Amino acid sequence: MELTTTWYLVLSVLMFSIGAVGLLVRRNPLVMFMCVELMLNAVNISFVAFGADLNDVGGQIAVFFVLVVAAVEVVVGLALVVAITRRRSDANADDVSVLRG
Amino acid sequence: MLEAAFLIPAFPLLGFLLILVFGRRLGEPAAGWLATGAMGASFVSALVVFFGLVSEDESERRFVQTLWEWVPAGDLAVDVGFFVDPLSVTMTLFITGVGALIHLYSIGYMHGDENYSKFFLYLNLFAFSMLMLVLGDNMLITFLGWEGVGACSYFLISFWFTDEANASAGKKAFVTNRVGDWGFMVAMFLTFTAVGSIQYVDVFGNAGGLSESTATAITLLFFVGAAGKSAQIPLYIWLPDAMAGPTPVSALIHAATMVTSGVYLLTRVNPIIAEAAGWAPLLIAWVGVTTALVAATIALAQNDIKKVLAYSTVSQLGYMFLAVGTGAYVAAIFHMITHAFFKALLFLGSGSVIHGMDDDQDMRHYGGLRKLMPITSATFIIGWLAIAGVPPFAGFWSKDEILAHAWEENPALWAIGLITAVLTAFYMSRQVFMTFYGRYRFADVRPEEIEELWQVRVANAEAAVADAESGVGSAEQAVASATEKVDKAAEKLAQRESEMADADPTDEKATEKASKNLEKAGDGVEKARAGLTEATVTIESAREEVARAGAGVEAVVTAAADSGGSVVVSILDEPDLGDLDEADLPEVARARREYHPHESPWQMTVPLVVLAAAAAVAGVMNLPFSSDLHFLDQWLEPSLFHNAVHLESGGATLWLLALVAIGGGALGIGAAAAVYLKGRFPASKVELSIFARGWRYDEAITNFMGGPGRKGFDFIAWFDSTIIDGMVNGVGRVVRSGSGELRRVQTGLVRSYAAMVAIGAVGLLAWFLVRTTF
Repeated sequence: MELTTTWYLVLSVLMFSIGAVGLLVRRNPLVMFMCVELMLNAVNISFVAFGADLNDVGGQIAVFFVLVVAAVEVVVGLALVVAITRRRSDANADDVSVLRG
Repeated sequence: MLEAAFLIPAFPLLGFLLILVFGRRLGEPAAGWLATGAMGASFVSALVVFFGLVSEDESERRFVQTLWEWVPAGDLAVDVGFFVDPLSVTMTLFITGVGALIHLYSIGYMHGDENYSKFFLYLNLFAFSMLMLVLGDNMLITFLGWEGVGACSYFLISFWFTDEANASAGKKAFVTNRVGDWGFMVAMFLTFTAVGSIQYVDVFGNAGGLSESTATAITLLFFVGAAGKSAQIPLYIWLPDAMAGPTPVSALIHAATMVTSGVYLLTRVNPIIAEAAGWAPLLIAWVGVTTALVAATIALAQNDIKKVLAYSTVSQLGYMFLAVGTGAYVAAIFHMITHAFFKALLFLGSGSVIHGMDDDQDMRHYGGLRKLMPITSATFIIGWLAIAGVPPFAGFWSKDEILAHAWEENPALWAIGLITAVLTAFYMSRQVFMTFYGRYRFADVRPEEIEELWQVRVANAEAAVADAESGVGSAEQAVASATEKVDKAAEKLAQRESEMADADPTDEKATEKASKNLEKAGDGVEKARAGLTEATVTIESAREEVARAGAGVEAVVTAAADSGGSVVVSILDEPDLGDLDEADLPEVARARREYHPHESPWQMTVPLVVLAAAAAVAGVMNLPFSSDLHFLDQWLEPSLFHNAVHLESGGATLWLLALVAIGGGALGIGAAAAVYLKGRFPASKVELSIFARGWRYDEAITNFMGGPGRKGFDFIAWFDSTIIDGMVNGVGRVVRSGSGELRRVQTGLVRSYAAMVAIGAVGLLAWFLVRTTF
């Protein structure tokens, strides 16, 4: 059985869905954060797969951009996680809702 | 040299800015000289541009100077630019020339005013706006100037705003002009819709493509605007009230320049009028000639020296509209220029008279000022001859040309114009005779003072009656007390008598005492009776006194009715004081005798002399004798695009018309002399009260506005506050409550936001799928 592009795409979809569902159902900020990373990497896989399939280096270049954005996101996200845990160690994402309308 | 055009309005603007910043520090008279200097420089620039234009070829005499782009909005592109052509240059020349003279005059006239520099601030701002009006290369710049002169007119009419009447006169002018401005604006919109541009050059180029109905509508709307600014029926009512402002303002704004901008505007858009239906210009002519006649009749009966000139201005503007309506644009501009000279002269002359006569504006108080104010009177007389249509002064030539054009259009127009000319000669002669000729009347006792004296007398007589009546009252009291005394004395007498009877006859001492007492009581009774008689006599005399005083009151009242009640002081005879005592005259009347009218300072007389010279010779601009002498006609041709009508009648007809006009003028002057110098007819035969009250037009408007008009406005105010405001507030309320609901979506829960993003992404995906599949 040959590994066609479809396999990669299916993997990407699965990873993305797991990430998205995880983001929606989990309340622990750290876990939600990891779910976001999962979604980003799912997209990365699809980029690379398309890049290889279409023989276009653009797909791989896009991945670098995503990685940069992810790195930036890590900086901000982890700072948020630390700030939340500092307030209350058992706090979850739903507890910080002071900015509701 | 034509590039200097922008300097013409720049100098007054610079003067305005300098006075705005440094005005208070400059003070008197530096601020005045600065403003005058700015106008002088502007006049020189106008001359430079004029000679630049003269040196061009006749067909090349049109120049557009664009300074910068002002409103670039889609199809509408408006530049700040100037349109230099013979018409606009002619206007700038007399605006800056007459304007500079009036600025100079104001230095003397406004001497001692506490807001001295503010006055020149407004004057320079006005000059700037007026020059923008005439030089603008598109309708929006003209409109900017149009509104600017309106605002300055408002500021200057109510310059002495602490007086309620002045403030409301300014408001009246402003509000009336708004009606006209509406016409201008709509005309401008309509032009943009029809032509696609409001630049004059484009409008002139495309006017031929306008449909007749559009051109007619634009013409009529511009005429509404012009009727407002130039005080024509039915919007003329603000101009007479505008005389509340300082006299130089009346001369500059309300006689020479601003009020002629309506005529300028209609002349400027002559290619549009040429496309309009024939009845539109004819309507303008009829409105003009009617205004001329009505205003002239009102001027007959005014006693305020400036009111006469104000109605005269309305009347002369009517002539200009008559000319515009008959297509005689050259005659209209010609008359506008000559009118600017002689009417500015007359206004400045009247200002000089008012200045010298202790701020009294009533012509009935003048008389015989010819010797006291030689320069003022000599120049005023030249202005009078010019406006009355006496050749060879300027007014004759321009008015005669208008009448000749009216004759060719319709003899009825000519006839009304001629009647107006006779009336003009009459009321102007009346003014001159009442002011400069006849008896010096300033020191006269005035009717209201005589009336007041009689009132004092009546009051005194009535006080005497009251005095006498109170005398009767006290006398009656005296009688009553005397009667009481008699009674008491009689009682005492009775007592003593009974004592006498009771007294023991054997006791001699007691008897003696009793008889003595009895004697005393008898004396008392005698005395009391005498007192009573006396009191009775007093009461009778007091009653007589009352009767006398009563008769005195009656006599005084009848005497007052005889002389004081019906004081009609003829301007020819000295007022009859009757048996009134000189010493009774009020302090002011005696102070007036000590007053000596004086000639004005040189800053005021120099402009008078210059304007008088201009008013005397300005006719050479457009002499009718040969077509080579039609200088103004040839000069203005590039601005008029062959739309100006030229006289077709032969020389004989024109000579005849001129002779009739001269005869009319002579008739008016002669009639005025018969009434006001010789006293052949009483003045009351001419000065009808319907004229004095301005045909009750003002009252009618007041009544309408106070009655049914008021209800209409109340309804509109209700509509505005309920329906319009309700709609606006309703939109606000809906948005407010809607967003109140909507803000609940903002839960603050990060995961719900993520869910929304996910749903949105899915929704977008579904939409793309649907679009690509179907």
